[in-house]
Amino acid sequence: MTWQLFQLLVTAAGLTVFISAVSIMIALVLGTIVSVVTLSPKPAFALAGRTYISFFRGVPLLVQLLLIYNLLPVMGIDLPGIVAAIIGLSLCTAAFQAENLRGAFASLPRGLVEAAEMAGFSAAQILRRVRVPIAFRLALPALANEAIFTLRASSLVSVVGVVELTRTAQDLASSTFLPLQLFAAAGLLYLLLSWTIAALGHVMERRMRWGRV
Amino acid sequence: MTAAVIVKALRKSFGATEVLRGIDLEVAAGDVTCIIGPSGSGKSTLLRCIAFLDQATDGYVFVQGEPLGFAPDASGARARLPDARVRDVRAKIGMVFQQFNLWPHRTALGNVTEALTTVRGIAPAEARERGLAQLRKVGLAAHADHFPAQLSGGQQQRVAIARALALEPQIMLFDEPTSSLDPELTGEVLNVMRALASEGMTMIVVSHEIGFAASVANRIVFLDGGKLLLNGTPKEVFGQPRHPRLEQFLETYLDRGAAILA
Repeated sequence: MTWQLFQLLVTAAGLTVFISAVSIMIALVLGTIVSVVTLSPKPAFALAGRTYISFFRGVPLLVQLLLIYNLLPVMGIDLPGIVAAIIGLSLCTAAFQAENLRGAFASLPRGLVEAAEMAGFSAAQILRRVRVPIAFRLALPALANEAIFTLRASSLVSVVGVVELTRTAQDLASSTFLPLQLFAAAGLLYLLLSWTIAALGHVMERRMRWGRV
Repeated sequence: MTAAVIVKALRKSFGATEVLRGIDLEVAAGDVTCIIGPSGSGKSTLLRCIAFLDQATDGYVFVQGEPLGFAPDASGARARLPDARVRDVRAKIGMVFQQFNLWPHRTALGNVTEALTTVRGIAPAEARERGLAQLRKVGLAAHADHFPAQLSGGQQQRVAIARALALEPQIMLFDEPTSSLDPELTGEVLNVMRALASEGMTMIVVSHEIGFAASVANRIVFLDGGKLLLNGTPKEVFGQPRHPRLEQFLETYLDRGAAILA
């Protein structure tokens, strides 16, 4: 395998990083909203949240991607494959992030919220200033885990025509007859990216230690 | 003059269990009222209902004449007040919890200033000054940048008191403030409370510290089985002849300092 081939893989890995990073960010925001909605005392809200989670958790990501990619043109929306890929990946991983956060929100000591209520916080202020920061810290290992999963799952978006790392390795393999070397190199790049996410997770955990040893 | 807190025919049930069976209580401004009684007598529930952290099943709470949580509507029926109204009336009350309930992601100073900036909209620099002043008052200015996890239980509770005082409440509620502290740390918290009482703060304290109740409170309320059994000055309540149920209750505290009452 030549240096030139490896450079093509690295360039393709850039697209993988972009798709994964954007999807992870969207999923964190969306997942937070879904978990809060799921925990709502209003039955209709809770049902909507649970329905969202069970659909996007239960249908394989590959099927979701193909569904979105084929559904949007039918609805008259013409989007490039990369946007369909980000939408699919975000919606799916948001369901898992919502579950991770739901557990953290539910395990938040009630007294922390009561202290905020007594200090005059509105429900929205309690969410923003107390519940979300503490729940994020509690769920951080699981959130980082899911972020790594998102990176790996991004290899599936080639089915909607996005030429990211896996697809590039595939294309190059069929034109150079070096499948073993190319997939090994692609695997190594995924591993490096996963380690980076894991390391970022650890840095955040350390920064959010809040005086604990 | 309007009483600081009025509790009227308050009832509270959890499922089929009636924890408060019609409580009437008046707390005058400047009073230090200690609520004592056996476990399960409804002390904490009463305090939580006064603060509207638990919603009473029936009856009313008035804080400086204003209804908190529920009020009679035009037809005289009991109606839930809107959240904004609850927050307005609650602003007169500060509360200290058994488990401190400090926010773990904020430093001692952050805990004290959080509501000043978020709720009251005070500029950060001024909030910091006010926060430090409150921490100085409870003897913890040097610990302003410590997180709750870096403080002892007694220090955490003093920060919690500073946090409540920073909002300048008219009435302070204490829910078993020393029950999760060991005896050595209990003293530092009781000293802060004693100082607060001597400044004339209206206080309602649920406590197992009979010694504190006898020496600092000017009103003692004895609850038993969800009913207000006794309400009077420490002399009236603890003096002879004693109510037999109180006598029985105090016996369990003889080894915890209640002997001073004998």
